[in-house]
This record gives sequence, structure tokens and C-alpha cells, in this order.
Amino acid sequence: MIEFHLDARSGVAPYLQLVHQVRQAMRLGLLRAGDQLPTVKDVVAGLAINPNTVLKAYRELEHDGLVAGRPGVGTFVTRTLADSTVAAHEPLRRELRRWLAKARRAGLADDSIEALFITTFRTTMGEDIA
Amino acid sequence: MTYVLRAHRLGKRYRQRWVLSDCTLDIPAGHIVGLVGPNGAGKTTLLSLVSGMLSPTAGTIEVCGGRPGSGAAQLAKVGFVAQDTPTYARLTVAEHLRLGAKLNPRWDDALARDRIRRLGLDPAQRAEKLSGGQRAQLALTLGIAKRPELLVLDEPVAALDPLARREFLGDLMESVVEHGLSVLLSSHVVSDVERVCDYLVALVASRVRLAGEVDTLLATHHRLTGARRDPSRLPAGQEVITVSHTERQTTLLVRADTPVHDPTWTVSQPGLEDLVLAYLTRPAMSGTDRSALEVAR
Repeated sequence: MIEFHLDARSGVAPYLQLVHQVRQAMRLGLLRAGDQLPTVKDVVAGLAINPNTVLKAYRELEHDGLVAGRPGVGTFVTRTLADSTVAAHEPLRRELRRWLAKARRAGLADDSIEALFITTFRTTMGEDIA
Repeated sequence: MTYVLRAHRLGKRYRQRWVLSDCTLDIPAGHIVGLVGPNGAGKTTLLSLVSGMLSPTAGTIEVCGGRPGSGAAQLAKVGFVAQDTPTYARLTVAEHLRLGAKLNPRWDDALARDRIRRLGLDPAQRAEKLSGGQRAQLALTLGIAKRPELLVLDEPVAALDPLARREFLGDLMESVVEHGLSVLLSSHVVSDVERVCDYLVALVASRVRLAGEVDTLLATHHRLTGARRDPSRLPAGQEVITVSHTERQTTLLVRADTPVHDPTWTVSQPGLEDLVLAYLTRPAMSGTDRSALEVAR
């Protein structure tokens, strides 16, 4: 079971924050196939948010094939993401570490590195779409 | 569609002064409705009309399919927690529950007792000895155990500290999931109710300025910034809500059903609080002026 939190100042819609937190927990191996997500009642009681916000997040996760609702029981994770992503990509992580060290040697500050990564990431995403 | 609240040109006048005018609303059942606006805008008047504590001077109002205050059956459908969540100071917690049981035909005693136990309230304690947060929770318990279709709360969290506020709203949302009731709650602070509401009504100077589902309101308002220009030359379908200029820059808040693609604008999405503030500061227009404007455009 995971616990949700909300950042009111992030500018990201609350339901999307919940979606991201489930995806992230799956990637990190905190949620695996068969695990139950918190019930809508528990989430709204803990976060003091509108029930529709939680329902919308769970619907989106269901639509993406990551979770499935069992009527009267709850919502369950249907896939395990962890092995196929983060853990399996140790070589990529090593390469990224080397690249980060290189960027620092080139005199880039942390926020410049972040900006460089994000702009490059977005550019390639844009090329993929086009 | 079933409506929890329908009002048509609803108005309330005290002597010469209209405290609510020309209020037209159609709110479907199942929503958690936030009624926001500055102090003195008419929020309490509207809530009192909904609960049947006041009768209208003009127009019509229908709540859960009936006329407010029209009889015992209607009273049983609507729960009302007045401002500052009042309780009877000299009565104990248990006596409040007994009073609730005697006064409400659909009273759910098991629910009331269970809530009091979970909240850790001592049934023998007098209400005057409770903290503000506990008193609010007691009043909420009475409102929920009545098992209404609509629960109306007037500024329920204004007097609570942040922790009590979170617990109160969390409990309220839990009851919404359990019992499927509609909620109408007022606040003069948008951020207090932003997380819980999926429908918003903004009242300013006795009039409804903005009403609709929160998701729709957010999706149809855009903040445009760009080089200074005349906002009257925007394409049809983009209604200007607010305008501000500096020497070189123009910032607009527009309402438009379709996304704004004009590349000379930088487009961003305002949050709910910014949106409400924009409507609060927008110069007042009477109902006739507005329809005239819409026709002209």
C-alpha cells in the first residue's frame, strides 16, 4: 500500500499528481502486480480532496492498463514495472553518471545541467511526434 | 438529470436593500459545491434560502426537488450547519445526539455513535468544554447522522486551525463517499475549499459572477501575455474577463471554449483562486447589459 500526498503549489492538477505517484511507485518497485491501491474513502479522508479527483486518477490508470477495479473490493495493480525499467537499466544509469561528471567538468552548474537535459528531452520528444 | 439546487432569478431584499439579486443556478446532484465570495456578498443569505430559514422576495428556488421549508419531508432532505458550527453550550455530546434523534425522522443513531467514538469525544462532556475543532466535528456529526440528501455548511472551516480544518474536510469527504450526499459549503477563502469542491459558485455584491464545474471553468479560461495591443480585436469566442497593460505588455484573462493558438500570445492556465479573483475584480455588469454584450459580439 502506498500513501498519496498533494503539492498545492506545483500547478499540476491533483488527479495527475495521484497518477504520477502510482506510476512512480510502480517504477521503483514499491507497487507490484496484485498490490491494492488505497480505497477512495481512505484517500479522500486523508488528503481532504474531492472523491471525483481520486476516481478520475484511478480511471486513467485503469485506462492505461496499469490497474483494475474489482467491484466491492478495491483497485489493484495489474502489472509489475520495476524490473523492466529502473533496475534493468543499470548500464544506462552508469552512462548518465559519466555524462553528468562530464557536464560538471565542463563547468555547468546543477540548474544548467537540468535545463540542458529538459530542453534536449523535449526537443527529441517533439521530433518523435513530428 | 436530477438537480440538487435550481434557482431562477432568485432575490432577497431587506427593506430597501437587495442582499441577493437575480440569482439563477442549475446545479446537478452529487456535487460538492463551493460558494465563494467576499464577506457581505450574500453567501449566508443564499444558504439560508436553500435551507428554508428565509423565504425569497423574488424568483423561485427548488432544493432536492422541493420548495425549501415547505414541510417536514423537505426539512428531512436538507441538513444545515450554520456559521461557526453552533452547538448547545450546556448540553453534553450524548444529549446532542438524543436531540438529533428526536428532531430528525431519518436519524442514523449507529452512525452518530460510531463517529463520536472514532473522534474520541467523551459523550458526557458538555459542548462548552470542547475545542473549536471538536465542536465543529460534533455539528458535522449531527448534520451527517440526519442522513440528508444535501448538507449545507456555512463557513465551516473559517474558525478552525489548519490541522482541524484538514481533519474536518477529510471527514466530510469520507461521508460523501459513504452516503453519496451532495454538499454545498461556503467560504470567503478559495484555497480553503479548492481541494474538495468540484463545482464552484462565486458571489459578488449580491450577484452570481461565476458558476460551473471546476474542471470546465479551468479548461475554458486562459491567461494570455504578449506585446501590448488592443484587446477589443480578439477573435469571436474569446471573451475578455480582465485586462492589464504595462507600457509594452498586455495581460488578459479570457474565457474561450476552444484552446488559444495565436502564437503571438504566451498562453498559461490560471489556477482556481486566480480565476475567482479575476471575476471578483471584474467591473459589475447587470444581467441585461451582459446579454446585450453577447448579442453585440
